[in-house]
Amino acid sequence: MALLDIKGLKTHFTTDAGVLQAVDGVDISINRGETLCVVGESGCGKTVTAMSILKLIAMPPGKIVEGEIIFEGRDLVPLSSHQLDDIRAKEIGFIFQEPMTSLNPVLTIGEQIAESLRRHEAVTKKQALERTIDMLKLVQIPNAAGRVHHYPHQFSGGMRQRVMIAMALACRPKLVIADEPTTALDVTIQAQILDLLQDMKERFGMAVMLITHAMGVVAETAQRVVVMYAGKVVEEAPVDELFGNPGHPYTKGLIRSIPRIDLDAEHKTRLEAIGGSVPILINPPPGCRFAPRCKYAMSICTEKEPRLREIAPGHRMACHLGDAS
Amino acid sequence: MSQYILRRLMIAIPSLLGISLVLFVVLALAPGDPFSELATNPNVPPEVQAALRAKFGLDDPIYLRYLHWLAAMAQGDWGFSFVSRVDVDTLILQRLPTTLYVVGSSQLLALLIAIPVGVYAATRPYSIFDQLANTFAFIGFSLPTFFTGILFILVFSVKLDWLPFVYTEVPGSGIKWAIEMIRQAIMPVMVLGLFQAASMTRFVRSAMLDVIRLDYVTTARAKGLGQAKVIVKHVMRNAMIPVVTLIALQMPAVFGGAIVTEQIFRIPGIGSLLISSILANDTPVVMAVTFVFACLVVLFNLIADVLYGWLDPRISFR
Repeated sequence: MALLDIKGLKTHFTTDAGVLQAVDGVDISINRGETLCVVGESGCGKTVTAMSILKLIAMPPGKIVEGEIIFEGRDLVPLSSHQLDDIRAKEIGFIFQEPMTSLNPVLTIGEQIAESLRRHEAVTKKQALERTIDMLKLVQIPNAAGRVHHYPHQFSGGMRQRVMIAMALACRPKLVIADEPTTALDVTIQAQILDLLQDMKERFGMAVMLITHAMGVVAETAQRVVVMYAGKVVEEAPVDELFGNPGHPYTKGLIRSIPRIDLDAEHKTRLEAIGGSVPILINPPPGCRFAPRCKYAMSICTEKEPRLREIAPGHRMACHLGDAS
Repeated sequence: MSQYILRRLMIAIPSLLGISLVLFVVLALAPGDPFSELATNPNVPPEVQAALRAKFGLDDPIYLRYLHWLAAMAQGDWGFSFVSRVDVDTLILQRLPTTLYVVGSSQLLALLIAIPVGVYAATRPYSIFDQLANTFAFIGFSLPTFFTGILFILVFSVKLDWLPFVYTEVPGSGIKWAIEMIRQAIMPVMVLGLFQAASMTRFVRSAMLDVIRLDYVTTARAKGLGQAKVIVKHVMRNAMIPVVTLIALQMPAVFGGAIVTEQIFRIPGIGSLLISSILANDTPVVMAVTFVFACLVVLFNLIADVLYGWLDPRISFR
């Protein structure tokens, strides 16, 4: 049984212009101890999907209109925010995108990590502090015992992201959702943070749901990949299968947009980009949502919505291309 | 920290000097002086008037008179009220406690209303509670205190006869005295406090809404802390930074606003002292009271800065 099983999730937002279907029928499952990457451009609904799991989206205007989120056999959708509080941080940890703004500026980092421990575990103030220092040591913050009393503005971006990781892992959750944890950081720090995440995953054996728009990150960390486009899952495959045999034109486009340094001068080609941008998901037209940007679009693509179908073991995709039926 | 405050106080000296100079010049340019009444009094011969004016240096050039005043101030001599025939500092010290009592209580009332109402409204934006709070806040700060003051007097004193409408010196002591002091302060405190609460509620609400959408509040929610703890520990703590500053900076204006309220309820405070001394051409008292207001502005600016640094660890005193 999967650790987390999202089935037909629809999260919509009410806006002045109409209902925005940010997530529109998403199925994602994560097994214990697995690293799953969710990729796609900005505006594809990756973050909303992740935030929906713990109901961290603003409600209203957001609303989960349909679907199930089964975590360890229990559906989280009908739970109130109050009931979810026991699962937040304790069972499912969250690492956010912006380390610069995701920490409270007026509280010390130690306080911010310890409050999570004190909420979920029967520890004294002193024990919480000790465990906080241990966590800071684990995420390789130098002079942890001294730094624990510092405020977020006294840390660099990379260090703050380490603090965020320590915070998310403090209660040893079974699943960690990392929402673009490296996007706001520069490349060398990105690599360090990804290594650290990998390290932590091996140490604690938790499952990781890594949301990213960088295919390079996917290739390096994922076991399985889910590609999202315009609020829907368009392809899902084990990582090697996805890179070796991408099915969906959108996935192909994403892979071709990775800069290659392994090719010699003769084989170097201009880096490809996918033309256009993600549509605004208010009253989307029928058919495939990628059709307007797709090189291979056929007449059926604007008429009928493609369903996810298995094209190889563990490899599913939603595209009319090569669809016999 | 103490070094910072000391330095700030030193910086305050030149600004206070400048303020006093402007005040002094404006008052000197204004028509009338403490002896103008003597001029119309037929019982005082002109040569006596001239001798008195010369004795008190009223015909000296402005800069000499200013230096005189400054030298006296520096020695703690605030001047002498020609109308009340007592020293100005005694006069002010007599009146100040009443003003502080009324203004202080009204600020306390305003905070006790504004913070819970503003915070609760911000956690449920556009709910019925929020709409009601907004409506009352708009009514509250649209109505000037001289209007609500008279309305209160009409309703609670004249119609219902629950509360006295003139603030008086209450003789005696003990429980009865305390009750009477509270009773007569209720209306002015309500009028001033509700007016302040109205604008403060709006400010608290918008400061809370600014913070409530920030990333670190989502981080706090993701820890499962629960709504109450997230709001109090993570949102309020940050939202109060601008609110505290605003309140501290508003304090001098509150004293100014109290002048009107003091007139309506006949409160023997520092505001009514200012009005009566302006009407009576009692220049030394006018000068001293306006200077006290200037000092309050400088003082509360300093308090605002210190509080800001205390609340926000990103600001250091250097």
